[in-house]
Amino acid sequence: MTAINLNESSVRELNEKLQSGSSGDQFSVNNTVGKHALSVGLTSEINVEINGHVGYYCAGMNQQANIVINGNAGPGLAENMMSGEVRVTGNASQYAAATAHGGLLVIEGDASSRCGISMKGVNIVVGGNIGHMSAFMAQSGCLVVCGDAGDALGDSVYEAKIYVRGEVKSLGTDCIEKEMRDEHKKELKELLKQSNMNHKVEDFRRYGSARKLYNFDIDQVDEY
Amino acid sequence: MSKDNPTLIESSTFPRHVIAEIQRAAKTGIYDIRGFGAKRDIPTFDDLVFLGASTSRYPLEGYREKCTTEVVLGNRFAKNPIHLKTPVTIAGMSFGSLSAQAKESLGRGATLAGTSTTTGDGGMTPEERGHSKTLVYQYLPSRYGMNPDDLRRADAIEIVLGQGAKPGGGGMLLGQKISPRVAEMRNLPEGIDQRSACRHPDWTGPDDLEIKIQELREITNWEKPIYVKVGATRVFYDVTLAVKAGADVVVVDGMQGGTAATQDVFIEHVGIPTLPAVRMAVEALQEMDMHRKVQLIVSGGIRSGADVAKALALGADAVSIGTAALIALGDQSPEFDDEYKAIGSAAGFWDDYQAGNDPAGITTQDPELAKRLDPILGGRRLANYINVLTLELQTLARACGKSHVHNLEPEDMVALTMEAAAMAGVPLAGTSWIPGKNGM
Repeated sequence: MTAINLNESSVRELNEKLQSGSSGDQFSVNNTVGKHALSVGLTSEINVEINGHVGYYCAGMNQQANIVINGNAGPGLAENMMSGEVRVTGNASQYAAATAHGGLLVIEGDASSRCGISMKGVNIVVGGNIGHMSAFMAQSGCLVVCGDAGDALGDSVYEAKIYVRGEVKSLGTDCIEKEMRDEHKKELKELLKQSNMNHKVEDFRRYGSARKLYNFDIDQVDEY
Repeated sequence: MSKDNPTLIESSTFPRHVIAEIQRAAKTGIYDIRGFGAKRDIPTFDDLVFLGASTSRYPLEGYREKCTTEVVLGNRFAKNPIHLKTPVTIAGMSFGSLSAQAKESLGRGATLAGTSTTTGDGGMTPEERGHSKTLVYQYLPSRYGMNPDDLRRADAIEIVLGQGAKPGGGGMLLGQKISPRVAEMRNLPEGIDQRSACRHPDWTGPDDLEIKIQELREITNWEKPIYVKVGATRVFYDVTLAVKAGADVVVVDGMQGGTAATQDVFIEHVGIPTLPAVRMAVEALQEMDMHRKVQLIVSGGIRSGADVAKALALGADAVSIGTAALIALGDQSPEFDDEYKAIGSAAGFWDDYQAGNDPAGITTQDPELAKRLDPILGGRRLANYINVLTLELQTLARACGKSHVHNLEPEDMVALTMEAAAMAGVPLAGTSWIPGKNGM
């Protein structure tokens, strides 16, 4: 295990070290004090444990790495992640996993607004609640919410799947509740297992696109 | 007044094209979406002229004395700034709005001419990367096709905050242009309208932008120049904020800038012309003592070497061309006049880039139409055109006695109209009057 102390090393030195890591390498990062762009652009199957709160864009564009943040995360956590796994033991601020293409993001606490905005294949599991406009224009992948969802969930969603255990304050434009078929139960069960969330699949409801806004229709103009 | 019947007087308020638009709107119930750029009459670089050398200046000998055109972009923070032979670059245009052959042609032409080309919404194609010696990767709000491998493969990164044709607006690639390949790159179903977001999904203002730039630099080892592109509106403040956020290069796109698909009302009524935008951007850079330290690229309606020279004389470091580059490839060619007529248009007027039925095979995903453009020939034509712009630029610079095109300055020009004088900040011809300066 290589320990990196951000009281002594710069963000540049940290990222250079992590980006040049080899598969199986272990790193711990300490004294983060909310610094931005930590552990970004990683490309190999290394394990990174970050102890403390992090600022913007932690784990941005992650490829293959397994990153655990023991703390809270600022805006844009794991934005545009491609693969690998990112876990936050606390809460995450706005736009978590924005436009992310793949991998698994687990937020054990709550996620703020616009979680999963324009997501493009990532799977996101939130242990607590999520804020308004989550999964806005979400294209593909799954957003699992073990708590409640705020206003306008799944607004203008494309093909992403949304599973919510608690209450949904309101659904966004073109987002509807959908039947929970066996394939969805199987998918959800696997995601809950991967993220170590101990909930019954039967307690969740599924939401997705009504697909009424896929091609512009003047008669739908009041929906916007 | 009709020339055939002098008693027929056309209304200035309701000319025929306005009447036609009202009739079209009433029939369809939807606003007009089109490509190309602003068509209205606005002050342009044509309203400026150079003051060639005479008794108080001496010119340089054409074809003999050197007038260099090399430009370096992005040497503020990036480890690997861009070196170009000419200050004429190719603007961002997406694969999706353009065919793969058109993108390849742009890459080939830019490379032959010693300049850069730029990706667009939808990501980077192998054809484009493979044929572009210097490729700028656009980082757009939709992040379609965005991945860190391409970010590292690029030579520079352009963060797009807006474009001149539609500052404050997003985009829509209509379903008819969503081929299986385009759909796959954008991770969306084939045939649906693809909305391109109007703002980035993971930041909301200039302070956030500064952190985003830091992230992009960290991911690319601080090697790539970071451009920030804005549509011309509040140019002074936008350029100031982009520089403050850490941009290496600022790109300002005036309202004449082209688009693949935007509402006509947006194209014609939002944003300001390129002419004042250059001056405002330069003033912002000068006020921060960053002129020539952060480079300025200007785009929007650049057509000739004269336009390039005038933009540079006002203080730009380089220009970008988009619409003109497509015309060089074959867009609007009379060769296809019959086909333009068949779709209700004519060569020189066609602007339905969004429709996907481009007779020239450029703004299409139809494989049969796309085959009409030979990327090798297209690249050659584009290189020829860029070389002509560069020669014209040098000719004008030499006439003003400049041994490098960046030595052109506002003092080398006057304006032919009061509007242009006020917008460009140069005197009205025959006077020392600059409207708006010194309280006048």
